[in-house]
Amino acid sequence: MTESQSYVQSPEAKAAHDARWQRVMDCVALKQPDRMPVGFQPFFWLAKYGGINNRQLMYDYEKTKEIAERAVLEFEPDVFSPMILQVAAGKALEAIGFKQLEWPGHGVGDNQPYQYLDREYMKAEEYDEFIFDPTGFYLTKYLPRVASAFEGIEQMPYFPGLYYFRLIAGITPMANPRIRQTFDKIFAAAEEADRFNAHHADFTNRMKAHGFPSGYLSTGLAPYDFVADYFRGATGMMKDLYRHKDKLLQLLDKCVVFLLRHTLASAAFWGNPIIFIPIHWAPDAFMSQKQFETFWWPSFRKYLMGLIDAGLIPMPLWEADCTKRLEAIRDVPPGKCIYWFERTDMVKAFEVLGDVVALRGNLSPSLLTTGSPDQVDAAVRHLAENVFHKGGKLILDGAFGIPDETPVENVRAMFAAARKYGG
Amino acid sequence: MSAMTDQEQQLITWLADMNEDDALALAKRMLLEEGVNPLRVLELCRMGMDIVGKRFEQGEYFLPELVLAGEMLENIGAIAKPLIKQAPGEEPKKLARVLIGTVHGDLHDIGKNIVTFMLDINGFEVKDIGVDVPINTFIDEINGFKPDVVGLSGFLTLAFDSMKETIEAIHGAGLRDQIKIMIGGGQIDETVRSYTGADAFGTNAVDAVSLCKTWAGVTA
Repeated sequence: MTESQSYVQSPEAKAAHDARWQRVMDCVALKQPDRMPVGFQPFFWLAKYGGINNRQLMYDYEKTKEIAERAVLEFEPDVFSPMILQVAAGKALEAIGFKQLEWPGHGVGDNQPYQYLDREYMKAEEYDEFIFDPTGFYLTKYLPRVASAFEGIEQMPYFPGLYYFRLIAGITPMANPRIRQTFDKIFAAAEEADRFNAHHADFTNRMKAHGFPSGYLSTGLAPYDFVADYFRGATGMMKDLYRHKDKLLQLLDKCVVFLLRHTLASAAFWGNPIIFIPIHWAPDAFMSQKQFETFWWPSFRKYLMGLIDAGLIPMPLWEADCTKRLEAIRDVPPGKCIYWFERTDMVKAFEVLGDVVALRGNLSPSLLTTGSPDQVDAAVRHLAENVFHKGGKLILDGAFGIPDETPVENVRAMFAAARKYGG
Repeated sequence: MSAMTDQEQQLITWLADMNEDDALALAKRMLLEEGVNPLRVLELCRMGMDIVGKRFEQGEYFLPELVLAGEMLENIGAIAKPLIKQAPGEEPKKLARVLIGTVHGDLHDIGKNIVTFMLDINGFEVKDIGVDVPINTFIDEINGFKPDVVGLSGFLTLAFDSMKETIEAIHGAGLRDQIKIMIGGGQIDETVRSYTGADAFGTNAVDAVSLCKTWAGVTA
């Protein structure tokens, strides 16, 4: 990665940094911290806070870092999310010719957030191909479908099976100028991705020097969500539960292996043990408990255990309402995970899981965006009194962070209330 | 309803039980080999879907079953409809008209599609006008389709304002009193309902059916 500037951390900043981090680590270890920690995960809210539009936030690295820094210094969260990585992706997306998102200037207006396009990126009849040879499937089918920089890569030779003199004849497709053009585009995209990463690292280091630890630097994915969101699409996946049950289970098992490899490599690179895992397809309303326990949970549990065994701290964000899943997802070793809940009642989650995992969340998006500061204050107080002060290891946050439309005064109210009631 | 043969009962059961292969094969045989009246086969499908809908409402079925049921219905319909020779008889009277769409700025459609399907199999005439629907399109469609209920869908938090603006525009166009408005989506709750000025909200397709039935004056 491109070298980033080095920053000096004063002894005071180091002490503040370590105290903040310890608060979160105490929660993970199920020990009572000195006060209730608060997380800060804004996305396009930063544009609102900084007075620019979403498109500028996605494209102007320096401006975005400056706004994010201002926000961290104002709110003084115990942990913050990798916000540069989460929003300033415009140039990198453009360079790779990303097809799975629409973003400001590319399909949606300058003041809208990016949105994922739920499509069938892998056909049902391609399960066997993917399972037999994941790399080959990526090269010949998947990559050109999801990013235009890869178009042409499918013309590369098929390497398995080449041998002896066949190796010479076998590589002749590489003489095709189309492949050279493809690689040029991939190199250019990689260089932009490297710049993007360097800005993210620079921001992280700058915040560390100020005394603020990054809450996580790597993300992960449940195998089921990986296949549903990025390959089969929502409806394709739902039909597969009936039509391609065995192949789906086989693929999920295989995904555990390569998803773990990616996550472990990323965590080792960035040196932060917390792994953020947004969970999309586990909610109560999406599938029956039996389907959940057959298709969703087993591969995810294997993945979680792989992370835990490597000394990492998984932080799944259980989207929507997962009340019916609480008993099942209790089945992890105590003191190893942070469970972030979106719509699941936090008091109920504490009752079922309080002795097993730290909790995070979950001020409702409707409250944060349309409520008053007094209402936000009352909601924080409710969580502090009914979860944190009853022994729940709660990291206060929004249900999935700060919704883009949240008035700034409500964010101020959230942090002020956390200090008022979380001591 | 005319008396049911064992074969007809079998088709309904296989559809309701998600036995897709057998249901499709049987429907095909009835339509293409045995010359069963296509309208009768479609009626049997409807009965199968009724059971699916009830099992969904009772928490036995979830989204995968609704999606698969919708696809079975579509596949059988694709074979049956071209075979219909007689002039269509009196269509069963629909309970009410529902106009549904995802509000502007939001491209999500899974929830909306499920609600559309559930309303359809519960006897409503539903017009789905897609995603990212501009306010003016809602107004034009209300004027043209004359719905009894308008359903505004949205998954993102930006939908709160889009819903509010759409409802305000409906009000401004003098159309608010003629219709009931329901909003739905993953982030929707009473706070959002109150903010947008909708009549009611729901977080799943059962809520939507129940609201529409109540407004149509049928027992939910």
